[in-house]
Amino acid sequence: MREISELLEEIEVLQGLEPVDRDLVAGCGVNAVFSDGDYLIREGEPATTFFAIRHGTAAVEIATRSGSPLVIETLHEGDVVGWSWLFEPHRSRFDVRAVGDLRVIAFDGACLRGKCEADHDLGFELMGRFARLICERLQTTRLRLLDVYGSPVGGAVGAGSGDP
Amino acid sequence: MTALVPAPYRVAASREETDDTQTLELVPVEGERIPYEPGQFTMIYGFGAGEVPISISGDPGVAGTLVHTVRAVGPTTEMLCSLSVGDEVGIRGPYGRGWPGPERDRDDLVLVAGGLGLAPLRPAIYRALAERERFQRLVLLYGGREPDQLLFRDELEEWADGEEIECEVIVDAAHPGWRGRVGVVPSLIERLDLDPERTTALVCGPEVMMRYAAAALLELGIAPRRLHLSMERNMRCAVGHCGHCQWGSSFICRDGPVLDWATVGPRIGVREL
Amino acid sequence: MTRGPRGRTIYSGALESPTTTDRRERLPTTSSPRTLQRDNFDLLLEAIRAAGYEVIGPRVASGAIELGPIARAAELPIGVTEQQDGGTYALSNRGDRALFGFSTGPQSWKRYLHPPVLRLWRSRRDDGRLKIEAEPQDAPRRAFLGVRSCDLHAIAALDDALLSIEHPDDGYRARRESTLIVALNCSTAGGTCFCVSTGTGPRVGSGYDLALTEVTYPDAHYFVIAAESEEGERILAALPTAEASEQELAGAERVVAGTAASMGRELETDGLAELLGQNLEHPRWEEVAERCLSCGNCTSVCPTCFCTDVEDTVDLTGETAEHRRRWDSCFTLDFSHLHDGSVRQSVGSRYRQWMTHKLSTWNEQFDHSSGCVGCGRCITWCPVAIDITEEAAAIRATDGARA
Repeated sequence: MREISELLEEIEVLQGLEPVDRDLVAGCGVNAVFSDGDYLIREGEPATTFFAIRHGTAAVEIATRSGSPLVIETLHEGDVVGWSWLFEPHRSRFDVRAVGDLRVIAFDGACLRGKCEADHDLGFELMGRFARLICERLQTTRLRLLDVYGSPVGGAVGAGSGDP
Repeated sequence: MTALVPAPYRVAASREETDDTQTLELVPVEGERIPYEPGQFTMIYGFGAGEVPISISGDPGVAGTLVHTVRAVGPTTEMLCSLSVGDEVGIRGPYGRGWPGPERDRDDLVLVAGGLGLAPLRPAIYRALAERERFQRLVLLYGGREPDQLLFRDELEEWADGEEIECEVIVDAAHPGWRGRVGVVPSLIERLDLDPERTTALVCGPEVMMRYAAAALLELGIAPRRLHLSMERNMRCAVGHCGHCQWGSSFICRDGPVLDWATVGPRIGVREL
Repeated sequence: MTRGPRGRTIYSGALESPTTTDRRERLPTTSSPRTLQRDNFDLLLEAIRAAGYEVIGPRVASGAIELGPIARAAELPIGVTEQQDGGTYALSNRGDRALFGFSTGPQSWKRYLHPPVLRLWRSRRDDGRLKIEAEPQDAPRRAFLGVRSCDLHAIAALDDALLSIEHPDDGYRARRESTLIVALNCSTAGGTCFCVSTGTGPRVGSGYDLALTEVTYPDAHYFVIAAESEEGERILAALPTAEASEQELAGAERVVAGTAASMGRELETDGLAELLGQNLEHPRWEEVAERCLSCGNCTSVCPTCFCTDVEDTVDLTGETAEHRRRWDSCFTLDFSHLHDGSVRQSVGSRYRQWMTHKLSTWNEQFDHSSGCVGCGRCITWCPVAIDITEEAAAIRATDGARA
């Protein structure tokens, strides 16, 4: 069975850490498994844990009035789920559910925050990486906000260029 | 202009793709169906309503029917979407420069489609499947708004299940019944492991989506001359007379609609061009 | 040739003598030029009519010089000239008997070759069956009397735009082939002319059937006339003309030189197409937008503007429909309409489209013409006197500026 520190290389935002930092981060993580439909994170609950996906798919959801929740993003191998552990008030803003069987590394947010406060170099390194991650997620969210496939902001070929 | 007068075609079938999109199968009232290349379009005339340019979405290798996938966004397209079997429309064409073939044999072909953009790409998919040995990898990345807004779902499943073409589908949002990806097309592109020296990319969809998809493809190292987009502008004549479809020095109806990034790149960022 | 100063010049009749007498270089002809006396001008019109053409030429109408049928020389704007400047046009009296002592009016020959409204086809719905019939294209035999060099180049530009393409406009071709062109070397430059800058005049180049130069002295009044086609030669042969003398040819040369020396505007064309292509985000576009009304007058009077729209109408029974083409302007919001909104929403982007098409992208699209022929009509007929030469100069002076 591989060490958590080796598995970190599979996680995009945690790749290429200095061995010292890698071990510090790995020390806060444990392997975990979820079954189809299990919730990893629930909206409003304390954000104690974040997850790095080793295998499978996690769906980020928002509950709606009509009962059936809306899946707003899916995350896959190599992705990290959850960043509310980084900032006050440390409360999750979304539901995250396993789609099929899911194998993850679960990280203790408080543990990792403590290590960042003790070692600011580690803290700076991780903040930079998570900042980039959040930027990328923001970008994809903005593109979806445009609703390019709907109307009127988006367009489509063959939909009547100049149908008056 | 007698060569530019529509010929009557009859609706042989009309299939609902989504709540606002129909696929029409047309047959000529007289003579043979016009031959066409993937990426070309026709002007469809609805009696009294007018003409609209619609990309051909059928298999160029199958004789007899002319297939168009139409989204109802105005009076003429709404009329086309509500046609019944036996109704007649006018067709003239085909017009425009279509999708290019591979630069070299055994190149990889990546097709990136967004929303209704899968319709003008479908003929290219059919042609590539018919000439499968010309490509090494054949990849389709397709993004849509929601699962029930996706086009050609039966075929997508067929393609995804088969070995001939690698299919990745992604939607902006979904309900939990959807077991596929939720997100945006550029993130599918980022995950592609391809050899940019041997890849041709064909992109079609809303212009915003094409811009970001192109950026992601260029980041992977694809050469501008191997990156092709299908552009859209207002068209009233389709033959370069009316002047409406000009974009910079290109007439989309005859220099396009398919243009390569060497042409598109410098222009697509200029606002209101 | 020297370029003229800004400002208008009224033909005064006092010109310098020419410096060369090599007539073959000066006047493009396939046969030797002839001289027709002014008082015989009606015979020219008769000969043209006898050859089967209706003569269309300049006439005074509605306070301007417009184009219409001409039966006799007396119907021409005899002794009339105009003052033209930005947003200004007024007719006045020259005090002589010149038949063509003026320059261009608001209309150009495109209204006859590329009609403002044209039915393309009719369709009928008969028992669910659709029948579509092309409209036979009318090609009346017309003679255009007094086609200036700028307008001759404009016709060549329309030829390029509508015929040199994969799907040529057959109706245009038919009208073109049934038209006799009687060109005219301008004896008066209009106040907004800049054909010298664009290399499109004032000397008439090639592409006519007959070419005239009107020469007026206190004691002589004649036309030097030359033919460039067989049809032109046949008409010329029917006229009482004499071989043009050295002196008469020199007179014609002085007329052309005088016009060239009195241009109302200048346009620096060196590298202009590239300059505009590199300044698509220049702040000048927003600046001109504050003045431009997007009224489209410029596109209406421009002799090379060819954009059209189509419209479909159904009759009251609902059984017959028509598909018609009509002139359109890139200045309208609908011109660039797509279902998610028009592409060119701002006036600045529409002005940019028009100006860059004329002076820049046209060159990439078409090989044998330029989009702008220096006629100056857009300057004269702009209600707020926007001047294409001034806009080009402003961008050139601040090349590379960003908004």
